[in-house]
Amino acid sequence: MEDLITSLARGLGLGGVYALLGISFVIIYRATGVINFATPALMILGAFFTGAFGTQAGLPFYVAVVLAMIVMALIGLVLERVALRPMVGRPAFSAATVTVGLFIILLIVAGRLIGSELLTVNDPWGLNTLSVLGGTVFVVDLARLVIALVAIGIVGLFLVRSRTGLAMRATALDQETALAQGINVGRMFGLSWGISAAMAALAGALLTAGGSGVETTIALVALKALPVIILGGLDSFKGSVIAGLIIGLAESLTRTYQPLYAPWLGANFDIIVPYIIMIIVLMVRPYGLYGTKEVVRV
Amino acid sequence: MSATTESRRTVRGRAQLFTTYAAEMAIFNTGVKRFWIAIGVLAVLVLPFFLARDMVALVTTVFIFAIGGIGLNLLTGYAGQVSLGHAFFLGIGAYTAAVLGGEASRGVIGLGLDMAIWLPLAGLVPALIAFVIAPLAARVRGLYLAILTLGLVFIGEHIFKEAKPITGGAGVGRDPAEPVLFGFDLFSNHEFFGVRMDRFQVYYFAVFVIFVVMALAARNIARSRFGRSFAAVRDRDIAAEVMGVSLLRTKSLAFSISAFYAGIAGALLSIIIGRISPETWNFFLSIDFLAVIFIGGLATITGSIFGALFVVMLPKIVNSLTAYLPIGSGVGEGGIFNVFELQSIIFGVLIVLFLILEPRGLYGLWLRLRNYFKTWPFSY
Repeated sequence: MEDLITSLARGLGLGGVYALLGISFVIIYRATGVINFATPALMILGAFFTGAFGTQAGLPFYVAVVLAMIVMALIGLVLERVALRPMVGRPAFSAATVTVGLFIILLIVAGRLIGSELLTVNDPWGLNTLSVLGGTVFVVDLARLVIALVAIGIVGLFLVRSRTGLAMRATALDQETALAQGINVGRMFGLSWGISAAMAALAGALLTAGGSGVETTIALVALKALPVIILGGLDSFKGSVIAGLIIGLAESLTRTYQPLYAPWLGANFDIIVPYIIMIIVLMVRPYGLYGTKEVVRV
Repeated sequence: MSATTESRRTVRGRAQLFTTYAAEMAIFNTGVKRFWIAIGVLAVLVLPFFLARDMVALVTTVFIFAIGGIGLNLLTGYAGQVSLGHAFFLGIGAYTAAVLGGEASRGVIGLGLDMAIWLPLAGLVPALIAFVIAPLAARVRGLYLAILTLGLVFIGEHIFKEAKPITGGAGVGRDPAEPVLFGFDLFSNHEFFGVRMDRFQVYYFAVFVIFVVMALAARNIARSRFGRSFAAVRDRDIAAEVMGVSLLRTKSLAFSISAFYAGIAGALLSIIIGRISPETWNFFLSIDFLAVIFIGGLATITGSIFGALFVVMLPKIVNSLTAYLPIGSGVGEGGIFNVFELQSIIFGVLIVLFLILEPRGLYGLWLRLRNYFKTWPFSY
């Protein structure tokens, strides 16, 4: 029972981070039709900047996070302008491969920036615990979930209520029509990348909170957000939040119970649980839970 | 037959004039091509006697990467199915070969069979697995497929780490297959007609022969009706289906052929590496192969070969540049980046630059150069 509660809380915390990363993928996918494989690297850079502002510059954690998000948003804008804008009108997988190239570059840059010394994001939660229903719950897990949901809520409100958000949605729906309405489509692409990079940065900060250091190996965590968006549907915000939580919970519960009940599956089996769920979902629903079914014409 | 020879004779000197369809579709349809292929083969045959030992191994790796790259190009370039899962099939090939052709030791299975048995099976087993997965892969399109195959790499890595009797387990690894063909060891020193060759040179020629066979086979597949159905599916899959090209069959075939090439490449690569660990077959190896085909040029066999040359040689080139650049030579040393970081960065930058500036890759650069001189001194 105690294990269950700790495990559920961890799953929800992880799920929050996955949801953020999922949103980060979905925003770019909706605007430009490209899956941004550089997201993991953006996340690590975000974590690095949070650490740099928080630990090395000594700023409070929340200020550091916001600053890191702003810096990453700017980097996102630049990346879009330099590397992705020339790819407009090319096949989607060419543009996606460009982001694979960006991933390699940014991963190395991030590794170099982080260096060999331990860098923490200096978060206020650390390894503090709460007692909930007789179980131990790490505060950081709750913080991850709450902050992630709040951030997603803000982005959602921005998209639904603001004029710019409307323009972004119009662009996602139909680029030519959006152009005809006087929307600067290129700027919307840039904005998508900016928001996406900021969300990735927040995810990175939340993921490295809780005592662990900033490392390039957390890239593998961000890649697990890809099964999340497949499960939720590539173009669905709602899907990516729900799928993020599902995958987070499934992974966390597997980590707790698989060594007890199914040790023959091997060590660290929880790492591949998201991918297995993804494959099963693709067999049943090729467009995920909430994805739009593609209508094709000859 | 005589008619073809006749017509070819009449157009001698006019490379672009084909009087029969067969002549145009021939593998080496122009005299210039035949000439340069001959020069290339000659160079390859002489090369290992002038190169240092490590360079011979490196050029062998180029051939192996070219085999794998051609396989991925058949799938991604010709059939238009993006795969990030190539490393998984390389791994399957390597372990199939190792189990069948390797030595048993310390809890690792090895049957010690002949290369004539393990080499074909190293291709067929991955092909079979791909064939089983293909119906699932055929259901999804474009980037969904890329993510699906990415999942394959991670699941594969986990299985490789856990299947200890086959792979030796994480961090331990096992010895690869032994390339003994009909009792003749292709990875040991030999003397032919009074010429002494070390094991790397012997293996170099063995891999080259396999490479030539597989490259020619790929070219033939590409110009056969299967190749045309690949292209039809790539260009417009619905239209292809309307015309009677079965999507499932075509995609399954493309997947299986690609996995066959990957398996052979994996088996041959494991012998060069010397000891294979489950971590070898990861996401980054898949990216290497994507780079081979994107830098080399999509949907060209020649491009894949040049892409492989480029990708494999890049670390060597960067290494030799270290003397002139402000970079450290080891991990964690001074300068802006060290050699390994610089290699990766240049790798990433090249992928981005080629895609943006010359989507047809090195092959496209070659076409531009050729067309420039073809019409010289006019610009068109």
